[in-house]
Amino acid sequence: MSAASLPVPAPTLTEETRPFWEGLKQSRFLLPRCNGCAAWIWYPRGFCPACGSLDTAWQEASGRGRIYSYTVVRKSGLPGWSEAVPYVIAYVELDEGPRVMSNIVACDPDALTIGSPVRVVMPVGDDGQALFRFQPDGGPPAQ
Amino acid sequence: MGALVDAGLTLADVDGYFCDSTAGFGPISMTEYLGLKPRYVDSTETGGSSYIVHVGHAAAAIAAGKCRVALITMAGRPRSAPQGMPAPAEPSPETTFEETWGMFGIAPAYALAAQRHMYEYGTTSAQLAAVKVAAAHHAQYNPNAMLRDPVTVEQVLESPMVSDPLHRLDCCVVSDGGGAIVVVHPSVAKDLGDRCVTVLGQGEAIKHTDNGGIDLTYTAAVESGPRAFAEAGVTPKDIDYVSIYDSFTITALVAIEDLGFCPKGKGGKFVQDGALQAPHGALPFNTDGGGLCNNHPSNRGGVTKVIEAVRQLRGEAHPEVQVPDCELALAHGTGGSIGSRMGSATLIVGRSS
Repeated sequence: MSAASLPVPAPTLTEETRPFWEGLKQSRFLLPRCNGCAAWIWYPRGFCPACGSLDTAWQEASGRGRIYSYTVVRKSGLPGWSEAVPYVIAYVELDEGPRVMSNIVACDPDALTIGSPVRVVMPVGDDGQALFRFQPDGGPPAQ
Repeated sequence: MGALVDAGLTLADVDGYFCDSTAGFGPISMTEYLGLKPRYVDSTETGGSSYIVHVGHAAAAIAAGKCRVALITMAGRPRSAPQGMPAPAEPSPETTFEETWGMFGIAPAYALAAQRHMYEYGTTSAQLAAVKVAAAHHAQYNPNAMLRDPVTVEQVLESPMVSDPLHRLDCCVVSDGGGAIVVVHPSVAKDLGDRCVTVLGQGEAIKHTDNGGIDLTYTAAVESGPRAFAEAGVTPKDIDYVSIYDSFTITALVAIEDLGFCPKGKGGKFVQDGALQAPHGALPFNTDGGGLCNNHPSNRGGVTKVIEAVRQLRGEAHPEVQVPDCELALAHGTGGSIGSRMGSATLIVGRSS
């Protein structure tokens, strides 16, 4: 399985999330972070749900993490996805802390394990939109 | 209408109305259809647990003097008219951060929770299958159940994998159907005979992804359960029968832990040797066959959980699965997805003395 075998749908952008998706186009994995309590914010939004502060800033994240949980989707009736099965949906626990949902690509779905390290990849779709997915990472997690 | 007839009441008696948001404009559409002019309405939407929330809200509204006869209804035809999840007028903020990864339907989300539960606690697919085996054992006595054949653990494990680690037989049925509940003021109940049951306690809670901090090993039942038990003044040990939401086998197993019927993480061990089988298991559950075998109307099993609990308290369950001397029952609902954001609701009801 490779990233190319999965659809790269255009995400729905809002004013709160546009910098996140625009960052991916420049191969930058930007997350909002609270200037008040230092919490990383996921999913992106224009305030800090941890402390309520409106003072947030975009900061580049490591793009590394570990699989918190995953499932191999074996069946789908949806165009684009039904041809892509089996594919992997996972929660990845980023080194920065947040557990984010995404796909694990370029892997053997039957060989995945919880806790194994992954790193971000940013596939680009036909219309120039960019997404983030993860693939197994042999190296140690970034400090 | 059936619920009102069963209660010995009519539409003219109804002055409070409760429903979810799935039909048109919710209570606006439904009161027109039913010909109601209620003085109190509530369309709290917490997915499949909505109707157990509604029972609590109806009891509170009655206690506050807002109404005296509350009607709760739900129905849907996902089998004959499949539409998937209704498209909201405005996409929720999280939608694009999930559908983009092919997260459609709810099986993959529940599978994420099951996988993590297995990792942390050693829960096995065979233990999850025991939940289905118990439900199927009960469904053979329900002539209205969609799936009436008993199954074995091996049959569950051999059914096709839908989304690892959940097999097809770990999933509930997709069925048409519906249900209704009438909640009344005690002064109304006293004229309705001894078939009424008493609402002793109810609790509700929401759990969500918590700014990237989601923990997939537990559900909002850890909050809704204690709230219901505290209000009722009873403990899990006192409960004779449980209706536990079973959209998937994992849904029921985690709720059983979270409600305190066994220690956290021991749900697999607890269910593996027939604890859930009526009438003599340690925790007889879902004697109508539950969502796994009987029905899952409108992709929402909350109302049928209450109905079977009432049957048990009345002694009207099938004789093969009727719990002897059933005095205290619990109905628990799970709405949304335990793999992301969800609403839990727990109801404790007792036989009228």
